[in-house]
Amino acid sequence: MIEIRDLHKHFGDLHVLKGIDLDVKKGEVLSVIGSSGSGKSTLLYCINSLEKIQQGSVKIDGIDVHAKSTDVNKLRQKLGMVFQQWNSFPHLTAMENVALAPRIVKGKSKEEALHIAETQLKHVGLGDKLKNYPSALSGGQQQRLAIARALAMEPEYMLFDEATSALDPEKVGEVLDTMRLLAEEGMTMICVTHEMGFARDVSDRVAYFHHGVMEEIGPPEQIFDAPVSEHTRKFLANVR
Amino acid sequence: MFEYNFHWRPVLKSLPDLLQAGLLTLEVAVLSMVIGITIGLCLALMRMKLQGPLKWFAVSWIEVARNTPVLFQLFFFGFGLGAMGVNLPPYVIIVTGLSFNCAGYLAENFRGGFQAVPDTQINAARCLGMNSWQAYTRIVIPQVFRIVYHPITNQMVWAVLMSSLGMMIGFRELSGETQFFASRTFRIFEYFAVTAVVYYVIVKVILGSSRLLSARLFRY
Repeated sequence: MIEIRDLHKHFGDLHVLKGIDLDVKKGEVLSVIGSSGSGKSTLLYCINSLEKIQQGSVKIDGIDVHAKSTDVNKLRQKLGMVFQQWNSFPHLTAMENVALAPRIVKGKSKEEALHIAETQLKHVGLGDKLKNYPSALSGGQQQRLAIARALAMEPEYMLFDEATSALDPEKVGEVLDTMRLLAEEGMTMICVTHEMGFARDVSDRVAYFHHGVMEEIGPPEQIFDAPVSEHTRKFLANVR
Repeated sequence: MFEYNFHWRPVLKSLPDLLQAGLLTLEVAVLSMVIGITIGLCLALMRMKLQGPLKWFAVSWIEVARNTPVLFQLFFFGFGLGAMGVNLPPYVIIVTGLSFNCAGYLAENFRGGFQAVPDTQINAARCLGMNSWQAYTRIVIPQVFRIVYHPITNQMVWAVLMSSLGMMIGFRELSGETQFFASRTFRIFEYFAVTAVVYYVIVKVILGSSRLLSARLFRY
């Protein structure tokens, strides 16, 4: 379970997150929507400690992410993350991209790591691209590679930071399908997304962020069909 | 008007000695480059990641190495240190001087290479649970090496050619050896013409092997 309490994040004078309280239960799929600069992505960065926080706390299965005594490298193994810019490692083949972390972080043997890599790449539909370098893959394939790479660490939570925003429109579907597959398998997911269709179909809950504040959170039907907040209504009217 | 008679025989007779000296030239250049790459990488990281005295040490090294003549740098390690009572053998002077110079140039190449690898690569590696050392050695540095590979090859060629300054400090690498024979036989033109060919061949061999190696190393 992810427990976020009174989370504040500043970038210099900029107050990006203004007291977020949020619980995400095991097996839940939460979509986070909102306009650019509303703090959605920063929230993910604070959850896995890529960004320090100024106030409040983030706990993952009871472990305080930002406590000095916490081993973040250990903690991050529970948290897979997929970025907007897929960030595949260009000097490694698809298989090596996925096998590297299990081998050097988890200490698996080379054979074991390669086996995991093959399994995960097949899982996301890249079974025929094992030996390809990222430069020979399309954006959508590279993003699925990034998902496989995260899954190879057997995370308990997956964080998606606008995983489809940088893709060509016709490649968005294949990545969303992979994310749907994960949701169906019961993965706990926080998806920062601009794909309203995905948010509505796949999420258990949807949160709307506005200027660093979580304006509204609830089941998709409530957020999309009967939003309470004026800001949410305006935002949804604009994206439709 | 042109009454110089070429005499190639003495050159041909001492060709084995010249080739031997050519190997010494190559050895000095390779050794200087290995040391230069190691120190250059450290200097680049010190300049980028550190504050205070260590950073300024790195900056000063790079500034002096890049902005003064190599010959003067060699003179410093030879006659300069000699004046202070530290007498180094010519081999050590040339390797130290060239390493000093190469490290300065390579440090700047490495710095450019590090800046060309996006920070998001580090984030992605850290998110997989890698610590900072693993992220650098497994993800960043391999990419940096590809970026600086051709500049390193260039520097290697420079190291071979610059090592000819060994002649000025009494070191008998290829140029020193040539000078030695030329002044004994007075066939100066013939000797240096042949030596130029030897340099040319050495450089071509380096460029050729560099190309072969890059095809093996960088398949992406």
